[in-house]
Amino acid sequence: MSTETLEKEVKEVKKPSEPLLSKKRKALLTNPLDEDNPITIQVLGICSALAVTVALKPTLVMAIAVTAVLVLANVVISALRNTIPNRIRIIVQLVVVASLVAIVDQVLKAYSYDVWKELSVFIGLIITNCIVMGRLEAFALGNKPWDAMLDGLGNSFGYAWIILAIAFFRELTGSGKLFGVKVLPEEYIGNGVMMSPAGACVLLGVLIWIIRSRNGYVED
Amino acid sequence: MENLLNIFIKSIFIDNMIFAYFLGMCSYLAVSKKYKTAAGLGMAVIFVLGITVPLNWLAYNFLLKEGALTWISEDFASIDLEVLKFIVFIAIVAAFVQLTEMAVEKFSPSLYNSLGIFLPLIAVNCSILGGALFLPTRDYEFAEAVTFGLGSGIGWFLAVVSLAAIREKMAYADVPKPLRGLGITFIIVGLMAFGFMSFGGFELPFKNKEQQQAEQEKTSQVSENVDPLSVANYSE
Repeated sequence: MSTETLEKEVKEVKKPSEPLLSKKRKALLTNPLDEDNPITIQVLGICSALAVTVALKPTLVMAIAVTAVLVLANVVISALRNTIPNRIRIIVQLVVVASLVAIVDQVLKAYSYDVWKELSVFIGLIITNCIVMGRLEAFALGNKPWDAMLDGLGNSFGYAWIILAIAFFRELTGSGKLFGVKVLPEEYIGNGVMMSPAGACVLLGVLIWIIRSRNGYVED
Repeated sequence: MENLLNIFIKSIFIDNMIFAYFLGMCSYLAVSKKYKTAAGLGMAVIFVLGITVPLNWLAYNFLLKEGALTWISEDFASIDLEVLKFIVFIAIVAAFVQLTEMAVEKFSPSLYNSLGIFLPLIAVNCSILGGALFLPTRDYEFAEAVTFGLGSGIGWFLAVVSLAAIREKMAYADVPKPLRGLGITFIIVGLMAFGFMSFGGFELPFKNKEQQQAEQEKTSQVSENVDPLSVANYSE
């Protein structure tokens, strides 16, 4: 009880010095969208970016699933950060993430069975999605829950817009559809290369090229 | 036996972990800068996949699957623990990796120096968990699961070693600045994946169950008539 009030006091003292959405915190949200993007700059979470982006619908579901898992896992790990022994932290992180993924998996199975079947193993692979582990290691273990939540939101939005962009081009050129609705004329014959993950790989390479020539990031 | 050879070749070339499913991409891109580190991690992946896939097969068939607990008592026939598969699989993988790391460190310091540093990376490598998660969707026997694990590991090893060799050569190439590093690597991986697709006769991934079954029947028919080693025959 006493520690609780103490924490409250500390929080109240700190609050005026750092508003809920200070400049630093806004940067947590907006940086991952472009100059610190998890996919194009940090090279995290590539597996799912290539594997699930055949069409927009499963991609959107995947993006929502990753957002839910990443934000919750960030908050939980950040809340537990002072009680986790350093040596076993990876196993603790894996257990937290695996339980969250199991919940997401069951919710999807109940409410959106077709998409669940389509995504199959890739929902499970959110556990080892490097975005989740990477952000837990790099951010949640050293920051407060609110910051960790913003970081999780920012990174999952950065992830979401890249995979949605890839899915948009792949579905449009691959089958002439958007969200399963035909938008190109009937005569259009789908481009099989874009439907294959290999095409996605080349597309992602080109996308990275465009983004990096815009923001000037260069690898040595 | 023919069936095992089929699965072995299929998991190395046609269903290659990297080029067909893109599993384990993060560590694949991260370690493929140097041939030597790539080969080290590749060996570690073969070892860990070859052992954790059978382990997870046992866990799935004797613990998680619906009716899997009947070996304890008939009363458990209706219990379905498949909800827990993520936690059980990842716990087995993480525990095995940790144990191996400790054992290797104690008994063979030289091996630890070459392989040990990669072991923690492996616990979070998608290809290991991916291999386990494919088990419920494919009805493998135990021997088939062992073959599948080893084959997938060898496929991953091949992929990472060949990419590392290309990237070492590429140090002398004049690549446009924003494309350097990750961008050009992706395009190369894409081209390599096209090459590997020819093993499968240019079939599209994400087949539904019936197609998969039809394909399985087809490949098993092919292997009855023709030497299963000549992979080119799969294209028909």
